Amino acid sequence: MQRIGVFVCWCGSNIAGTVDVEAVSEALKREPGVVFSTNYQYMCSQAGQDIIKDAIKEHRLTGIVVCSCSPRMHEATFRKTAAAAGLNPYMVEIANIREQCSWVHKEMPIGTEKAIILGKAAVAKVNLNTPLTPGESPVTKRALVIGGGIAGIQTALDIADAGFEVDIVEKKPTIGGKMAQLDKTFPTLDCAACILTPKMVDVAQHEKIRIFSYSEVSEVKGFVGNFDVTIKKNARYVKEDLCTGCGLCTEKCPMKKCANEFNLGMDTRRAIYIPFAQAVPKVATIDPDNCNMLKNGKCGVCAKVCTAGAIDYTQKDEYIEEKYGAIVVATGFNPISMDKFDEFAYNQSKDVITSLEFERLTNAAGPTAGKLLRPSDGKHPETIVFVQCVGSRCDACAEKGKEYCSKICCMYTAKHAMLTRDKYPDTDVYVFYIDVRTPGKNFDEFYRRAVEEYGVHYIKGMVGKVSPEGDKLIVQASDLLADKQLKIEADLVVLAAAIEPDKSARSLATMLTASMDTNDFFTEAHPKLRPVESPTAGVFLSGACQGPKDIPETVSQAGAAAAKVIGLLAKDKLVGNPCVAHSNEMMCNGCSSCERVCPYGAITYEAKEFRMPDRTTLVRRIAVVNPAVCQGCGCCTVVCPSGAMDLKGFANEQIMAEVDAICK
Amino acid sequence: MQVKEYKPLIVAFCCNWCSYAGADLAGNNRLNYPADVKIIRVPCSCRVNPMFILRAFQRGADGVILCGCHPGDCHYTSGNYYTRRRMALLFSMLDYLGIERERTRVEWVSAAEGAKFAATMNDFAEKVAALGENKRLEDLRCKK
Amino acid sequence: MSSNKKNLQEELIRISGVNPRKCMRCGKCSGTCPAYDEMEYHPHQFVYMVETGDIEPLLESESLYKCLICFACVERCPRGVEPAKLVEAVRLAAIRKQGNNRLTANDIPALLDEDMPQQAIVSAFRKYTK
Repeated sequence: MQRIGVFVCWCGSNIAGTVDVEAVSEALKREPGVVFSTNYQYMCSQAGQDIIKDAIKEHRLTGIVVCSCSPRMHEATFRKTAAAAGLNPYMVEIANIREQCSWVHKEMPIGTEKAIILGKAAVAKVNLNTPLTPGESPVTKRALVIGGGIAGIQTALDIADAGFEVDIVEKKPTIGGKMAQLDKTFPTLDCAACILTPKMVDVAQHEKIRIFSYSEVSEVKGFVGNFDVTIKKNARYVKEDLCTGCGLCTEKCPMKKCANEFNLGMDTRRAIYIPFAQAVPKVATIDPDNCNMLKNGKCGVCAKVCTAGAIDYTQKDEYIEEKYGAIVVATGFNPISMDKFDEFAYNQSKDVITSLEFERLTNAAGPTAGKLLRPSDGKHPETIVFVQCVGSRCDACAEKGKEYCSKICCMYTAKHAMLTRDKYPDTDVYVFYIDVRTPGKNFDEFYRRAVEEYGVHYIKGMVGKVSPEGDKLIVQASDLLADKQLKIEADLVVLAAAIEPDKSARSLATMLTASMDTNDFFTEAHPKLRPVESPTAGVFLSGACQGPKDIPETVSQAGAAAAKVIGLLAKDKLVGNPCVAHSNEMMCNGCSSCERVCPYGAITYEAKEFRMPDRTTLVRRIAVVNPAVCQGCGCCTVVCPSGAMDLKGFANEQIMAEVDAICK
Repeated sequence: MQVKEYKPLIVAFCCNWCSYAGADLAGNNRLNYPADVKIIRVPCSCRVNPMFILRAFQRGADGVILCGCHPGDCHYTSGNYYTRRRMALLFSMLDYLGIERERTRVEWVSAAEGAKFAATMNDFAEKVAALGENKRLEDLRCKK
Repeated sequence: MSSNKKNLQEELIRISGVNPRKCMRCGKCSGTCPAYDEMEYHPHQFVYMVETGDIEPLLESESLYKCLICFACVERCPRGVEPAKLVEAVRLAAIRKQGNNRLTANDIPALLDEDMPQQAIVSAFRKYTK
């Protein structure tokens, strides 16, 4: 039997004005388990807290009820008071007789009656409270960053600079991501390579950072502070430690006609290749689909020319197991496929290109060495039409486009248009837009500069149709402001394709039990207040995997994610919330209902041996809640058909007792 | 014999993060609602087991209202969606058993909606009071 | 754009001193215009048509003379485009199409009249010598 103390607070006249505090403490004295009951002017004051402490000691109280303001206000205070007097802090319950009683009711008898009932409910609950101790778990002081674009690079650098080890897993042969493919960056027009490649070198040279390029995450187990991750290192048929990146093999390889994915297939590379000159790690990779030696065992030129002896045709995929305390997802984005947009003739004409292809066409390291030439005939285009919102803000047809705004297209299109007019003032540049969205520092000024100084023709209206005619593209569009249809003879049409999360994100989310929205963007733990954390403890989000983002925003989010990771790794152990779910193994029938509703992936199943009365053993599948991951929502307790699952601190019994006390 | 004035007994389950805070805000703003409403704090609306609601009716409650975060705003990301579906089922079963629809309700009240909390409680209490005492599920053995 | 159109456009921009590219099509000029209902081309369309070089219809339109030159649009334009000045410039262009109607300083004394107010002389001079 509990020995409960009841402390009724007057809160000056806030409570005592409408509630007869004396009557409340008298009434509650007669409740089962209550051995002491008193009232005082300000329970939260030092003197009030001393009354509680003294009573705990004097009356050997095992639980206390404070009838006062909202628990959201002073629950923590009174828990500390109880702990200071040697009582488990979770043996404290608050009856909210201020916000939910004295402040909303005006008459003394009504207020007093309700306060007594609320007090009784709290007493009934405390009678069933058990002392709770928060669980502790150790922290592996290393972080994993999945994705080596600017988001992953920045996160890794920030974590490593704080002194923690970081591994980057990148599925491409080099880190750098989309930013490495860009030419200039808005709104300052810095050259992307000039600001990115030094960071890539920093990553390569950082003693705390390891890069697993051409690799993917294949399995994730464990939980916050203690993840076990299996990394699959794909065979690149080149020994990374021996290859010097001299590039001789990439010049001698006879397989010349392989589409160069770094230039989006606009030129070719060899079967053994280094994606670009500043690649990190600067190691060659053999493309097994195109290599003659790997396909039919004939050739071997690269092995002959390699003075370092780095080529290894027998290399196999390798699986590496590592432990991490935190995981950062930075899987980034891709432009959507233009195959379904027949109206823009993307598949019919080489001169209809996406904006990312345009980036490569204007990049000095691109297929045309930075000269803006038409892909079809290599001529200089005189009229260029840019089309915005291709596939963005398009919710009519889910398999075609995306319902969201891709956010970056307005700005990069303004950049493309401006740079084209700057380099080639004789070109006519049209931009067709639905809205121009430029919220950002110096963004609108940038766009206005494209219009006012560079004379780019911005036309409100969407392009309806592009039809190739001879070597021209007839662009049929509406000019909504002039209320007429336009037909423009263009030489090049550039489509601002919507962006979507990388395809690998969905399977990764499943491995991490991290949640995603319907568009496959990772969901944040709270859209406003926890934007870089996933709801799954220990998993953090960086960059466009969480939603469309430009570079400055990505870098700031990457830094924020790093700060959260550092905050986690700096701890020696994690102290959890003790009000978590737990399963009664004798009652659990292993049905998996709880596992399916848990938003945090806190519930796993294990086979456990039970000794039976007849001395045989029985192996049964039972649910196990990881207290370090469980956040205590209690959803699992309701789905459990056998009633095995319960929530500490808000147990079925306790809430039932409250219901009974109120309904008596 | 003295006729006692009829006062409905209403149990309100409020999630800790939105609705309980909304109820606190109603208090802060001194927005009145009937004292017949007694609030029980739960971590999330999805913590409310249908058993709790049945128990309340069994013990003589005249109405039960469940308040949670707005859809999409759940502190635990998806709890209130489960609540919505579970309660749709439970309430239709209760309806079948003869517990009028007006005696049960699910309402989304955010931490900023003190006024909505008070208005909801006023409205709910009025509707329940109009229905009179709930005798359908009440367990007479529990009567004093 | 044909070179004729282009010349006309450049001329209008020179006469008026307005940069139509500054316009971001908010429509505030038309929103504020007291003669809006009388016009077939409204102030914002004026600016847009000059920007795109579509000036011929403006020269022939009635609305050119419906503008009161009250300068409300100039006052309220958030980008400082000054549509009324553009309207005035198009009026001038229309007048000039009708023949030789330019003034030089030497022509003026002969045209003067004792009763003519000084202000009218100055404004005529301002208008016809651009």
